[in-house]
Formats: sequence, structure tokens, C-alpha cells
Amino acid sequence: MLFEKTFGSNGVHPEDYKYLTCQKKIESAYVPNIAYVPIIQHIGSPAKIIVEIGQKVEEGQLIASAEGFVSVNVHSPIPGKIVGFEERYISIGRKSKVIVIELDGEFKKTGKTFTNVDYNNFSKEYILKAIRESGVVGLGGATFPTHVKLSIPDGKKADTLIINGTECEPFITCDHRLMLDRSEDLLDGVNIINKVIDAQNVYIGIESNKKDAIQKLKSLCKNKYKIKIIPLAVKYPQGDEKQLIKAITGRVVPVDKLPVDCGVVVLNVSSTIAIKEAVVYEKPLIDRVVTITGNGIVNPKNLKVKIGTLVKDLIEECGGLKPNVKKIIIGGPMMGFSQMNLETPITKGCSAVIALTDEDSKDFEQNAICISCGKCINACAFGLMPTILNKYIKNKLYEKALDSGLMFCKECGACSWVCPARIPLVQIFRMGKDISKKLILSKGK
Amino acid sequence: MEKDIKLVVSSSPHILNYESTKSIMWTVSIFLLPATIFGVYAFGIYAAFIVLASILTSITTEVIILTIRKKAICIDDGSAFLTGLLVAMNMPPSVPLYIPIISSIFAIAIVKHAFGGLGQNWANPAVAARVFALFAWTKEMTTWSTPFITDSVTTATPLGASKVALVENFGIGHITSATASSGGVSASGPLEILRLVSPDVLKTDVTYFKLFFGLKAGCIGEISIFLLLIAAIYLIYRKIITLEVPFFFLGTIALSAWIFDGLKYGQGFYAGDPLFHLLTGGAVLGAFFCATDMVTTPLTVAGRIIFGIGAGLITILVRMFGGLPEGVSLAILFMNMLTPAIDRFIKITPLGYIKPKKG
Repeated sequence: MLFEKTFGSNGVHPEDYKYLTCQKKIESAYVPNIAYVPIIQHIGSPAKIIVEIGQKVEEGQLIASAEGFVSVNVHSPIPGKIVGFEERYISIGRKSKVIVIELDGEFKKTGKTFTNVDYNNFSKEYILKAIRESGVVGLGGATFPTHVKLSIPDGKKADTLIINGTECEPFITCDHRLMLDRSEDLLDGVNIINKVIDAQNVYIGIESNKKDAIQKLKSLCKNKYKIKIIPLAVKYPQGDEKQLIKAITGRVVPVDKLPVDCGVVVLNVSSTIAIKEAVVYEKPLIDRVVTITGNGIVNPKNLKVKIGTLVKDLIEECGGLKPNVKKIIIGGPMMGFSQMNLETPITKGCSAVIALTDEDSKDFEQNAICISCGKCINACAFGLMPTILNKYIKNKLYEKALDSGLMFCKECGACSWVCPARIPLVQIFRMGKDISKKLILSKGK
Repeated sequence: MEKDIKLVVSSSPHILNYESTKSIMWTVSIFLLPATIFGVYAFGIYAAFIVLASILTSITTEVIILTIRKKAICIDDGSAFLTGLLVAMNMPPSVPLYIPIISSIFAIAIVKHAFGGLGQNWANPAVAARVFALFAWTKEMTTWSTPFITDSVTTATPLGASKVALVENFGIGHITSATASSGGVSASGPLEILRLVSPDVLKTDVTYFKLFFGLKAGCIGEISIFLLLIAAIYLIYRKIITLEVPFFFLGTIALSAWIFDGLKYGQGFYAGDPLFHLLTGGAVLGAFFCATDMVTTPLTVAGRIIFGIGAGLITILVRMFGGLPEGVSLAILFMNMLTPAIDRFIKITPLGYIKPKKG
């Protein structure tokens, strides 16, 4: 289609490499013998550990409970015994307390077939409570607590629900496979969410490089559901909440406001299916689909992985690494985090493990010179001028950088990707944001 | 499992576009070569010496200055090569060799490095060097030879000849409503006027076909519009040059030539010959390859449109009223100087940003 919807004339088109895994059905990964479950798996305050060393836990048992409203429960992914607590680096590059569980006992949920119950009679409060207790977060990578997102403040009304099936990051195919392999669950999940927010317009936005998913969902929706499938042009960063809202509804969310202020709620495909599992099957979020891919992986796959499985086990299951691997990324190659070693546990926010080779991953220039080509300005979907921000930060003009919208940068990486001088723009902006925040704080005192 | 694999840890994004400063510079250089080689083929081997002299001087100057400035020698990025090539392409085919050499030194040493080197220059080095040479050695820089004639005969460019012929044959050089006619003949446009005088001045009949394929007098690199356009189309496809500047630059030239140029021939408004103005002089070379220089053009799309329109207007003003036959390089140089001002005033507002009310 020539005139597919998209968010504007900005954005970039990185090579997507989806062909590595998009034809491969979701398989279940091996259950880990030892699961390392971090208590920080979401945005908000860390969960509080409620188990002791030596205690026996069942699969899906609550092991760390939410501290406050913006926090999320953590459940045991496997049946077993708590053998210890340790500090460990998690995928986002910071340390977290980790609960170590050794496999022991019987699986009560994994491998069992679930019976569908009629969710139409469930009340809004019941659904919200089930989501909250099951520890569902935004599984696209942002890991924002879903029950917070769905608790719409008094006086506000969401008239539009958008399910984010764009998956605009290269390499990742977990949402694509979920849309194909678990289409019914996805549509049920959408209906359950809509029982909470009661929106008139329900859309699933899918980038048109997933033609099979668009076809399948369209034919399923035809008679049964009032969900509209919106094919979108392939462009990064379309998966960003605000860009997706702009692409589908044309509404522009003000910089300091949330989507719900414009009457829109956006949820990811994986989260939607997790919501169905939580509400209908009463299954907490203890596993997720992870795409193990990249040109450095011998046999790339889409795996259903228990939270707490180590990256090295997953890589081993996919045939191991090729010799020319340079980086291991958790998340997408544009916004993900490069890992120091393979001992990182999978958390709720890990959508992919990507092994990049020397050819895939070029280096930034250390003494890069900006040639003012303006490509970054055309790339930035958030209307910023990265080259100008870069010059301000370089010259320590932080106030000017803030005036030019430094804080509105989402670090999507489009400007760095397109820069012919190979300037590490995102890195510079992160640094600039940190320093600016400190400056603001010191001024406040 | 591999025991001691070495992993690189860095900030996102972890994948980058294939295009780099180096690939941009060399791609532009390579795609300018066909037009240059055509120039050498048309004007003879001496033109090749001009090209070589300016490229070698550019690179040598770059190395010397980078050494003096204690910077890493990075001539492999191709920017010095490209500057040298563009200087040579803007030279008449029979200039004495010292002119391209001094012009190249001026381009690299004064225009580029005196203002901070790559990415900092205030004007396109090649354009500034051409303007410098034009005013320093006006006679040499406006002496032309006929293509494909071995015993280089002095001639004139179509643009120059039309201007001179208009004054000499009809005694008018400026806008007048009087009919341009003399001795029973009348001319309604530049092509016709050139046909009247061409046996004496141009030694050849002038047609659009000849102008397009480069059978005309002119600078080494500017004559083959055909080869330049092929290169431009590829570079636009590669997104190395953006369309805004050339489109609005040439569009403004064509539009204002169509509206006003007919006045010179007594044809009134809307009777000019836009095609003649696009196919002659350095309009195509300038618009696609000099005015699209990334460093010296505005950052934003809106800014580049202003740049293009401004450069087009100045070109046509010089061509119609100025003493010089050609105005493209002057126009680009002038707009280069305005670029920082354009960038200062044309800003983009962040998505969803509402300006806080004053007070």
C-alpha cells in the first residue's frame, strides 16, 4: 500500500532483519534449574521480598510484593526452594537484588491446558485487581505497571484503545509471532482491557512488514469483534506511544501530558496476552516470549522463557554464539542495553536477546566532526534538533539545551543511527540530561 | 559455551546507518568524475592538468595545514579531494595553471581551515575560490575555448555571448519595451539572438540539444548537463543531496527568467526563455553540487527552501542586470553567508510543545 498511515515525514528505516525469526513458531524454552528473579523488573519502587532462605515455593507463588501503588508483584517462575539472595546486574545495566530459586517439586501451571471461562461477567474492579496481583507490566520494554496505566484518573475518559503491534525495532519478532500463534488470546485480551476502560474505538496498529499477522487478525475480527486492524508504514520509531497515537488517531499528545489526557490508552501485544492469562487463567506473569536472534546466533528462535532464566542458557539452547560476536543486546538494537556478560537474568521487560557481529555493529567516532547535514533533524520524530542540542551540551550551555527541548528526547536513537559523522548523540544527550537535572536540583536548593 | 568471549558495552543505538562522512564525500566525488572527464574530452588534455593540479594542491594544502594545526591527517575522508575537484570543475578550460593552484590553496587554507576546518567553514570552499579567482584574474577567468576544436580558439559562453550580442547588435542591455530589432532582423530570445551572431562569436549553431549535452563553451565541469543530472539523480536517491535546494534554486531561476527575461528582447512579461537559463552557465552544477554542500546550507527543510529561492533570485538578478554574465557562484556565496542567520530564525518546535505564555 502506498498511503499507509504513519506519524509524519520524520523517522528512519533501519534494515529490520526480521526474516531471521519471523517464520519460527514460539517454542517453550527449557526450564532453568536455578532461576534468578530480580525484584526490580518494572518502573517504580522495587518489590519487597516476602520469602526466606530455605523456604519452599510453588510455581506462581508471590515472592516479592509491590511497595505502593506504582510497584509490581513478583512471582516465582518455577516451583522450588529459595537458596539465597544476591546482587546482580540486570539487563538495564544497574544492580538489583535477586531472589535465587532452585528447581524442586511439581509444576502446577506449566504444561497444563487452561480452560477458557466467560470473562464477560467479570467486573471492572475484578479485572483490575487480577492484573495488579499478577504483576503485569508493559512488556514492550518500558515495563510501566499496567494496573497504573489502566486506572484512569477521575474526570478523565479514554475513548480510544490502541494495541501496539508495530514492533518497530529491528530483529525482534516476539509480538509478531504472538499475533500469529495466539491471535484469539490477543483479541480476548483486548476485550478484557476494554471492559475496564470502555473505549468506543479499538485499534491494533501493525507495521506492514507483518502482512501475515495483519491478514489473520483482520479475518478473525471480521464478524466477532469491533476491533479495527490498522496497517502502518514501516518506520522507526513508530512503536513509541506518542508516535503511534499520532499515526493512528492524528492526535498529538502534549510533551508534559500522558496519552490518557488525549483520551488514548496504548498497550503492547505481549502485555495484552499477559492480561488475558492473568484474568482468565489466573496465571501470574512468570514467563514471556523472547526473541533470541542476531547474525551472531547459530539458530535464532522465538522462545517462551521463564523469568529468571540466564541469557547464556537461552543462547545455548539456540545453538550458541558464532565466533565473530561483538555485542549482546537485551531489547532492540536501537534502544536496548549491551550486556557485560551472559549471566544476566531475563526479566519482564526483555523482549529480545540479540547477538550482533562486527559487521552489524559499527562504532561511533571518538572525535567525530558534525558537518551540519541536518539528517538528524529529519530523523527526529519528536521535533528536536539533535545537532543543535549536541553543540549546546558540548559547550556546556545546558540551559539553552533545556530550552531547546533536551528533556523531550526519548533516546530512541534515530539521530545517532542516521548521523554520517557517527556522533554518539544519544549518549551525549543522556549525559546532558543527567548534568541538567543536577543543575536544576542545585538551583532549587 | 564459550568461556571468555569479549563483549563490547556501549550506549545505544547499537546499529548505525552505512552512510558516513567519508562515503558521502567519495560518492559525490566519483559521481562528479564523468562530467569532469567529458570536459577533458571536450577541451583537450590541458583541462586534465587543471583538474590534477587543483586536486593535488588541495590535498597537499590539507596535509600541511592539518600538520600545522596538530590534527590527525584525515585526507582519506575525501573532503579535500572533493574541494579540489569542484575548484577545477569551475575553471575555464584554458586558464594558466597557477590560477587553479592558488585557488585551491585559498579554498583549503583560507575558507576551510582559517575558520576551523571540516564542518566549520562559513562558505563552500570551491565556490569561494571561484569567486576569488574571478575577481583576481577576471580576464583569464572569462576566456573560453570552443569544445572539440583542437587549436583552441577563443570564444564566448552562450550566456556571455547573448549578453554581449544583445548590447552590440541591438544597442540595448536592459529592460526596454522597444522591439529588439535591427537591420530588418528581430530576435525574441537568447537562442535566436545567438543564432544571429553565432557564426562570429560562438563558431557553432546553438540549440537546446547542444546546450544539454555539453557542446558549448564553459567551465570544465559545467558543460555536460546530461552527465551532471544523472549523477544528481543517483545522489538524491542515496539521500546524499536533498532536493529542496536544487529544486527551489532552479525553479526560481526558471520562473523569474520566464517572467522577466522577455523584457530584454522587447517581448514583455511572461515571454522569457527559462530553459536557456537552466542549460547555460553553472546553474545545474551549482544548484546540485555546490549549493547542496551540507556544511554551508541551512539545517532545516524550511531553511533550505529559503536558501534555494534566495540563490535563484540573486542569480537571475546578476544575469539580467549585473556586469558579469554568470551569477550562480555569487548567489551561492551570498546565501552561504546568510545561512547562520536562517538557522537562527528557522527553528523546529518539539512535538506537542506548547509555548508557555509570557508573563
